[in-house]
Amino acid sequence: MTDKKKDTQQPASKELMMTMWRNMNLARNFEERVQWLFSKGLVHGTTHLGIGEEATAAGTIAATKPDDYVFGTHRGHSQAIAKGINVKYMMAEILARETGVCKGKGGSMHIADPDIHYFGADGILGASAVMSVGTALAIKKRKEPDRISLVFFGDGTSNEGATWEAMNLAAVWNLPVLFVCVNNTYGMSTPIADAMKDTDISKRAYPFDMPARSIDGNNVLEVYNTIKEAREYVAGGNGPMLVVENTYRISGHSKSDGNLYRTKEEINAWKEKCPIKAFRKYLTENGFFTEEELDAVAKQAAEEIEAAEEFAKNSPEPSVDDLLNDVYA
Amino acid sequence: MAMKELTYAQAINEAMCEEMERDQDVFMMGEDIAEYCGAFGVSRGMLEKFGKERIMNTPIAEQSYVGAAIGAAMAGMRPIVELMFSDFMCVCFDELVNEAPKMRFMFGGKVKVPMVMRTAAGAGTGAAAQHSQSLEACLTHFPGLKVVVPSTPYDAKGLLKTAIRDDNPVMFLEQKTLYRTKGMVPEEEYTIPLGMADVKREGSDLSIITYGRMVQMSLQAAEELEKDGIHVEVVDLRSLLPLDTDAIIHSVKKTHRALIVHEAVQFGGFGGEIAGQIADSEAFYYLDAPIRRLGALSCPIPFNPNLEKATFPTVEKIVAQAKSLM
Repeated sequence: MTDKKKDTQQPASKELMMTMWRNMNLARNFEERVQWLFSKGLVHGTTHLGIGEEATAAGTIAATKPDDYVFGTHRGHSQAIAKGINVKYMMAEILARETGVCKGKGGSMHIADPDIHYFGADGILGASAVMSVGTALAIKKRKEPDRISLVFFGDGTSNEGATWEAMNLAAVWNLPVLFVCVNNTYGMSTPIADAMKDTDISKRAYPFDMPARSIDGNNVLEVYNTIKEAREYVAGGNGPMLVVENTYRISGHSKSDGNLYRTKEEINAWKEKCPIKAFRKYLTENGFFTEEELDAVAKQAAEEIEAAEEFAKNSPEPSVDDLLNDVYA
Repeated sequence: MAMKELTYAQAINEAMCEEMERDQDVFMMGEDIAEYCGAFGVSRGMLEKFGKERIMNTPIAEQSYVGAAIGAAMAGMRPIVELMFSDFMCVCFDELVNEAPKMRFMFGGKVKVPMVMRTAAGAGTGAAAQHSQSLEACLTHFPGLKVVVPSTPYDAKGLLKTAIRDDNPVMFLEQKTLYRTKGMVPEEEYTIPLGMADVKREGSDLSIITYGRMVQMSLQAAEELEKDGIHVEVVDLRSLLPLDTDAIIHSVKKTHRALIVHEAVQFGGFGGEIAGQIADSEAFYYLDAPIRRLGALSCPIPFNPNLEKATFPTVEKIVAQAKSLM
């Protein structure tokens, strides 16, 4: 175990670490901006923010390949960003514009871009898991080497029957699916201990004879190194695997969240464990980057989000003439 | 054209075999479809022909394999799923309602979901309340799906080939009491477009608008009514979504009377939609009698054969309703 722990703290290449740093900052800026736009009444509908969970997405996707199919969650802005979605078009989608990545027809809960193999957020929990088994089946049927399906899901979704069915089918058909559970401690307002007898979600891999790991989801390098190893296992024809990334949602569940189920002290304690702060400390203390270098990239990320907001605000609303398009192929 | 006689089940089997030979992306998943050949024997011989890589037995876990079909379709494959009984769709309703028909729209038109879900629908086999339903009406309520209900071997084969080639999710509702019925099918390849009704019998006095298992019963009723000098036209819709409203309107304008017959529960059934289409159209002005619907009684399907028979339209009931409109 100690060796494993050491492995997961290995640095990645400087280039990859910078990509993770950039993606975490982009995600944080994006979501804080969405939160602000929401407070000003400029966002229609609802949105689910994952502030505090950025390391799970950035570290996970950094360890995948561009052709890998990725299914995100309804709290998936950071996942979409890490997968490489253009934040201009994603912000335009949040603001329900014609230029949105889904032409304004999907919104925050359905952000997707099949062109980059990001099969998106889904509003129904558990559905992504069974669909990810299907993309993995296509990979196997076409004998595509070194390609996998990766599905993010939350601790809440780990209780869905569809998730269990997906794990069983992926296991019995030996399919290349990497199940990534982002355990953010609460399903909406329900603490995981109230929703499952044993809160060690990684044990849910046992009946399907899958290996599993449970890791610190706020440590982006631990996430990256674990997923890299898990991806090799899955892509190597060994069948599926489960990785549980334990983290915390600092932001509320959605716009209706009054934080009535948790204390300010608890939230503040997790703010201290902020994955971005922790990564900054690691990168500077180990001499990989200077504070100035990191600040410059963080500033660029903030500017990119500002530009995305401008782009979105200046984009037209979708035309009603386009409404019935895309119902059928 | 050279013809051969096939059963409804054989016609479906031939359609799948031809499409699997034509396109390597087509494969089939379902419960006990390989060695067992499915609960109704539809996939007979397919395991030997295509191997277990393409004729895949699944666990009894409908969400997993219907969901997997959607994922595989999004990745460019063309899965055919066999759901043993149409009642089981309730176990995977999320996949059929919230996922398959909505992916393309939600993702701004960037993805296709080319899959067919074949399933055995309908009563008359003593299978009671959870293995006998006709649930097509609710499926027509989900834009993005297509819904097909074939009534003959000829239609089943031609429609299924088209469904497999379609780039959208298609629900293919096979009628379990028709599996062993026979009909003539061309030796040569053919397809039938979705959304095109077929006039199974021409007539001038009354239109029976129907589909699926009730087509044969309506034709028998038409024979009976002919003896009384009532010339009945029987319109087989074949596909409910898309719906051939022009064919319905054309027929009612010609006969001035409409009797809608289906096996599903009459209340809230698809007959209401057909009646609405007639009432909303110029055919309304041609009507010489109220639009009449005949479906099943509002009760779960009973086990006892006499009770079961009392639940559904029969030839006698169709004849009686037709006469009441004259």
